[in-house]
Amino acid sequence: MSECGRQDTLEQAKFRQHCREWLQVNKPGEPPVRLPLSPLEIMTREQLTYLQAWQKAAYDAGLIGCDYPVAVGGRGRSDCQRIANEEMVGARTPFLPNVIGLGMAAPTVFYHGQTALKERLLPRLFSGEDIWCQGFSEPGAGSDLASVQTFAERKGDKWVINGHKVWTSLAHFAEWMIILLRTDRSHKYDGLSYFVVPIRAALGKGVTVRPLIKITGETGFNEVIFEGLEVDDNFRLDELGKGWQVAMTTLLHERGAGELKTPHSGGMKSKATHATNTANLIELARNTVRNGRPAAQDPLLRDRIMQLVIRETGFAQNQRRARVPALQDHPSRLLLQNKLLASEIAQDTAALALEVEGARASLYLGDSNAPAGGQWPMAYMNSYGMTIAAGTSEVQRNILGERVLGLAKSK
Amino acid sequence: MPQPDNFGFGEEAALLKESAHKFFTEQFATDVLHKMVATDHHPERMSESAWDRALWQQMVDLGWTSLAVPEAAGGLGMPVVAVAGLVEEVGRAAFPCPLLATLNATYVLIACGHGGDAALAQIAAGRTASLAITNNLGSCDAAETDVQCADGTLHGTAWFVQDARKADYLLVGARTGSGLALYWVATDTAGVTVVPDAIVDLTRDQAHVRFDNVHAQELTRDGLTALQQSMPAIWTLLAADITGAAEWQLQATVDYVNTRQQFDHPLGFFQAVKHPLVDVMIQIDQCKSLVYNAACAIDTESARAAEFAHMAKASASDTGAYASGRSVQYHGGIGFTWECFVHLYFKRQKHSQFLWGDAVWHRAQMANILLGNAA
Repeated sequence: MSECGRQDTLEQAKFRQHCREWLQVNKPGEPPVRLPLSPLEIMTREQLTYLQAWQKAAYDAGLIGCDYPVAVGGRGRSDCQRIANEEMVGARTPFLPNVIGLGMAAPTVFYHGQTALKERLLPRLFSGEDIWCQGFSEPGAGSDLASVQTFAERKGDKWVINGHKVWTSLAHFAEWMIILLRTDRSHKYDGLSYFVVPIRAALGKGVTVRPLIKITGETGFNEVIFEGLEVDDNFRLDELGKGWQVAMTTLLHERGAGELKTPHSGGMKSKATHATNTANLIELARNTVRNGRPAAQDPLLRDRIMQLVIRETGFAQNQRRARVPALQDHPSRLLLQNKLLASEIAQDTAALALEVEGARASLYLGDSNAPAGGQWPMAYMNSYGMTIAAGTSEVQRNILGERVLGLAKSK
Repeated sequence: MPQPDNFGFGEEAALLKESAHKFFTEQFATDVLHKMVATDHHPERMSESAWDRALWQQMVDLGWTSLAVPEAAGGLGMPVVAVAGLVEEVGRAAFPCPLLATLNATYVLIACGHGGDAALAQIAAGRTASLAITNNLGSCDAAETDVQCADGTLHGTAWFVQDARKADYLLVGARTGSGLALYWVATDTAGVTVVPDAIVDLTRDQAHVRFDNVHAQELTRDGLTALQQSMPAIWTLLAADITGAAEWQLQATVDYVNTRQQFDHPLGFFQAVKHPLVDVMIQIDQCKSLVYNAACAIDTESARAAEFAHMAKASASDTGAYASGRSVQYHGGIGFTWECFVHLYFKRQKHSQFLWGDAVWHRAQMANILLGNAA
């Protein structure tokens, strides 16, 4: 990470030094179990325990939640999470398991929760002791999120929840869920309210979590059924009927365009995992023989690999340009592209890797002859999770067209 | 030396870009451009070279033509990244002028060492110039020139000389007994004949130039090294021009599809129109980020300048082509007519797309750097 650190403030420079020294000594060793590609595919308790121990250690060392106030379990620093992230990525530490908590629940609870709730929930979220999941999508509410039907009915100072949430990553390990609920059937948007719900404590008592199996064959996400679960009104975020506005805070941060930077550590690029980046694609092309020569010598493949290198470099340079106000045309024009670009570049990189592999792309994880351990077909299939989840690519293009270009709102 | 995080795009560069933006929006609206250059629609017309010399003189007086000239030679010695900001605005205005041609010559002259000093002083004094280094097939390899130098005089023809009729000087690549040398010649020298090409682009002129026993001043005998050093800046600045022009195309098209109603909705309501326009924006942003990255590399990380400049021009060629196609298509029937302004940018972009190497050529060069030369 030779490019990091030259523009640091005094606080950032000292903090970076702290991160570096701590990571040098405390970076976890080889995991005792095979780790999945991302936290969303954590399948076993062993994987989770190893990753939770790492998150707890990083939190105790001040590398997580550093820009949040001390009162809610943060460190009260300014713009230092970016520094910690750079150092963790640079040190190739394992990824942080509580991704939904850190990326979505924390900023939402922070901006919309009551003080006592924040002080109670956020420290254990940052430390990874409490895993979080997100209850937004339903069988009948995907891209049209505001049509959620899972209902909360008022009963004194309690709410009774009935309904069905889907695609709920990490629900099988989660203590808490952020959830978008309908509290009024007569208004589509204004009839929504936003809660945090302790689901683990209610398993078998109004909450059922069932695994869903992805096209890759992995588990990791779930469906969650609510049957008469009672929750306290204290677990509501913001006012009744303001659920849609609160959900926007969540989505903004999920798409990487929020105010608070999400702690992340990139993941160890160990032998078992294969990041869908062009450096790995180039390595594959050099080591794959096609028609009697390395694929990297095929002029058509060379051109297509370069197209992806250009897109990947352009994306990285967008992040850099987003920090130079004089080179931007609109305040959120670059940030709102992040999710769309990252997912589509990863998908196209994996797709091209399969073309480089040719016939051998048919070999999957269980085959000892599979190139790169069969990770490219796995990555390619998983990439559709990225282009569908958190607002499909089609929804992203609507958002960009409407919010940035000012085009008329599509139905 | 590592690149600065902000591309080295400091306050001076931001002011320059902002004032250029203001200069063109206040003094050179697109209808003025159209009135000036779209005078003869006949497909067999000869090349026009209409331009606003008074405005050009203001640009010279503002120091814009000597921005890249080193301070030692009487210029302002601004970094490439600042110059790119200016060129982006020139592209957005599609302003017909020899600025890009003169900047291109400037970077080659700088790479000529002391041999280029006298010529640089002329540019600093407000004179204009253009490169004459391409053969009749439009080769990207200057060594394939059709111009020879024998006994100190130039013979032959240089092709695809940009804005030749607006240039006071030509920087000529010519074969000698020992390789490719570079020369400096005033366009009004005896034996120099500028023959305008009949081109599609109305916002630039182009010519081939015949040299018949022309006495010329030698700049360097090692022309290929000088060009190798300076071409990244030339590719990057053209990419900046394309970026600015593409942004005009995007905004003009967005304005149109927000206004034009069909089936009871503005056109932009329909995702068949909305989503490709978002893709145009995404391509422009990629291209713009790559331009400033390449410019910054030329200024501070020369080892990677060529690699990054190839990326910028490859991206720009594709962006210009895509933005152009969408701009005409989404203007519908009116976009297909001479009276609608979009054709001016459409034509400028098609010209720029293939100038100084198209996307496929630049990606092939990139691949040679990143994957090793093709077998």
